[in-house]
Amino acid sequence: MRKIVLGLMASMLCMPTVTTYASANPTAANPESLNIYSARNEALIKPLLDQFASQHNVTINLVTGKADALLARAKSEGQFSPVDIIITTDVGRLARAKSQGLTQPITATLPAFATLQDPQQHWVALTTRNRPIIINPSNIAEGEITRYEDLVKPEYKGRVCVRSSTNIYNQSMVAAMLMQQGEAATLAWAKGLVNNFARRPKGGDRDQIKAIVAGVCDIALANTYYLAAMRNADADSVAIANQVKVVWPNQSDRGVHLNISGIAVAKYAKNTEIANQLIAFMLGREAQDWYAKTNHEYPVDPAIEWSGTLQAMGTFKAESVELNEVGELNAKALQIMDKAGWQ
Amino acid sequence: MAITSVFTSLGRSFVTSMFAVLRDTWFVSALCLCALLGVPIIAILWSFTDISLPLWTHLIDTNLSLYIGNSLLLALGVGIGSGVLGVSLAWCVTQYEFWGRSWFQWALLLPLAMPAYIMAYTYTGLFDDLGWFDSRSLIGAIAFMSLVLYPYVFMLAKTAFSGQQQQYQEVAATLGITRSAYFLKIALPIARPAVLTGVALAMMEALADYGTVAFFGISTFTTGIFRTWFGMGEMQLASQLAGGLALFVLVVLGLEKHSRRNMRFYQTQDLPVNKDTSARARSTKSLSVQSSISHYALSAYCLSVLLLAFIVPVTQLCVWALSTLEHIDVTEYWTLLVNSFSLALFSSILIVLIAQCLSYAQRFAKTKSVGYLTQFAALGYAIPGTVLAIGILQPFGWLDEQLNYVWYQWFGEYIGLVFSGTFVALFFAYCVRFLSVAMHNTQTGLERIKPNIDDAVLTLGRGRLSLMRRIHFPLLRKSLLAASILVFVDVLKELPATLILRPFNFNTLAVKAFEYAADERLIAAAMPSVTIVIIGIIPVIMLTRAMQQN
Repeated sequence: MRKIVLGLMASMLCMPTVTTYASANPTAANPESLNIYSARNEALIKPLLDQFASQHNVTINLVTGKADALLARAKSEGQFSPVDIIITTDVGRLARAKSQGLTQPITATLPAFATLQDPQQHWVALTTRNRPIIINPSNIAEGEITRYEDLVKPEYKGRVCVRSSTNIYNQSMVAAMLMQQGEAATLAWAKGLVNNFARRPKGGDRDQIKAIVAGVCDIALANTYYLAAMRNADADSVAIANQVKVVWPNQSDRGVHLNISGIAVAKYAKNTEIANQLIAFMLGREAQDWYAKTNHEYPVDPAIEWSGTLQAMGTFKAESVELNEVGELNAKALQIMDKAGWQ
Repeated sequence: MAITSVFTSLGRSFVTSMFAVLRDTWFVSALCLCALLGVPIIAILWSFTDISLPLWTHLIDTNLSLYIGNSLLLALGVGIGSGVLGVSLAWCVTQYEFWGRSWFQWALLLPLAMPAYIMAYTYTGLFDDLGWFDSRSLIGAIAFMSLVLYPYVFMLAKTAFSGQQQQYQEVAATLGITRSAYFLKIALPIARPAVLTGVALAMMEALADYGTVAFFGISTFTTGIFRTWFGMGEMQLASQLAGGLALFVLVVLGLEKHSRRNMRFYQTQDLPVNKDTSARARSTKSLSVQSSISHYALSAYCLSVLLLAFIVPVTQLCVWALSTLEHIDVTEYWTLLVNSFSLALFSSILIVLIAQCLSYAQRFAKTKSVGYLTQFAALGYAIPGTVLAIGILQPFGWLDEQLNYVWYQWFGEYIGLVFSGTFVALFFAYCVRFLSVAMHNTQTGLERIKPNIDDAVLTLGRGRLSLMRRIHFPLLRKSLLAASILVFVDVLKELPATLILRPFNFNTLAVKAFEYAADERLIAAAMPSVTIVIIGIIPVIMLTRAMQQN
């Protein structure tokens, strides 16, 4: 009995912490605060938000999580939702947010380079992410693979590593292909790719790169972001990442697959003015430079110099497709991958 | 005339019977609690009102059989794995004397503090370096989950075995029944409800797991749910899949209960009312002393399980965590620690209270339906956390809206969100999700107290409160402690519901670990992970030791 009483007392001691947080939870409109739902990790966004907060003297309140879960939360909260800004890492999610009526047009004047945006300006890209082919240069000769289409050739049977089709990067890639090549060609490609798999899809993008070095396969698909991060991590990761090479596919035709991380103003935002200021800030020199240098992401501002790691990977031509439509084709792309047996 | 009188009497008897049911306060309070806790489950099942045939056809044509097959294999494998490990270990530490026995009794519970997905990350990191075992497979998932989930079985089986009377064993010995036959024919059947409860918990956790299977790329029912939701944007279909999963679990649990409908399991052992006799009973309970070879074999077995399930992964995590030590923001960590700890502590108290109330309602209510009601309300454990969270957000969003309209009418302003995005939603989610864990413990504890004790106390003119306080509480202390430890550790590890429901600027250790892991920074994820394990083991150690001393 005494122990229970002690336990209760201990819990009373903890109570203030919880209640402080509870009272800090913003529910009503407050001109000095901005509420953000972010599908980007805190570590990848907080430094910029802190900088904006101190420059504009606003309090930033942040919840991070999975994009669709956050959208579902905003949707069920309806018109009383406290969210002002939605940040995601994929165009499909931005398109979905718009189609569910969770966003409103951005009113800030966007810089001329911000061309990757919704036609009605419901969202705008902050950075781009590319999904090139990664190879083992000792087993694949220079110029042997130049296109995504090459990956389905019979000589690569049992030599390709890709992560699960449950992952959004693969879904967007196939959706973009679906849009440019049509359904029949995309299904045939997906089937051919599955046929060449070295193993059942598993792990993340980094794991595919590791699998190349471990000799499981010779070819993988991975976002440059992960390769760049590995090349700037611990010694083991650097050693692995330096043994593989990036191939920019389809340079003579449609270009490498491109996705974005983007930002939108929430439909029922209370502080649209500050929300728009934040978007302008994120497209500004400082923020774009931080993305390129610290995070090794491709900035949308062409005037910004890339990090050394990105420069070493070389320049490339990226797809130029209507991103909104790619987002809308996401479900269709998944069904194609289902049919192809891409787990 | 005659007809009207028949109707009046019928009506009167209906009213009186309704009245009798409503006067049964236990029933009414259980009904209210279960109705409240059942809201998210009903919200999920509601999705069946709108079925899209083309989507279902696509699912049936492509992956549905794969999802079902893998999920069943996973649940079955984890059930067998955790059952065999849990029962065998519990049998060892309760029946034999060997080196380190008293230490293993509590140390073998430690893997409880290890979230399955963190175990998976750690071991793949380890095996990828070694390269001789492909841990990212269904077998790997079964092995890792069994290793972290066996403590559920171990804990309940240990209590059941140690509660069994010495006399059974002596009688069995005089009849020439061997020890193994005794285990199979007497000890195990008597411990059946406890063992199956543990196995059921492990299997439900395995069915609802997303982190491990997604990382291993195994297509199960849960990955299917998220594929449909995130990939296709078909929330409705995803809810239907989750609802199907929950119904399946309900049916299996119902069948198990039905199969032992005519059995009752009571503890007739010494009650600690008279300390002298209980002490004597304990001293006469002899543990079998083995020859030195089997003596060491038992120690080696316990030690190897502990090594695999706890020592090796935790050491690996510690090594990684130490390598990131210089980048750690101490104040941030302190906040995370306090957040996680207080959340887990409050929830465990709240949930055990609710579970105990419902268990009492089941014991005292005159209507049998309370059992079904609680079973339904406790289904949350088998539903993936994210889906459950959506099942909470939708009704809460509606409630907030109504509240705001009413508030506006009265005060001329909006109050904002009171339920969604606040701690109310978070605590509610934990209650729905982990009620089952607590209920299984409080219920088995209560079931083992013979009802004739209740009758005796009540006949002596004492009230129910006095019965609970003076008789039940001392007898139930172990199961209450067990329930609170399990819930505490579960809340500490909980990720998906916390991630989506938490208020602004509120992070927990599990959220932090997830954020790093999602960015594929497994080494950075080690520090928050190892902290979860450390906070998790403190109550496990403290409480199990307290239990031993009593």
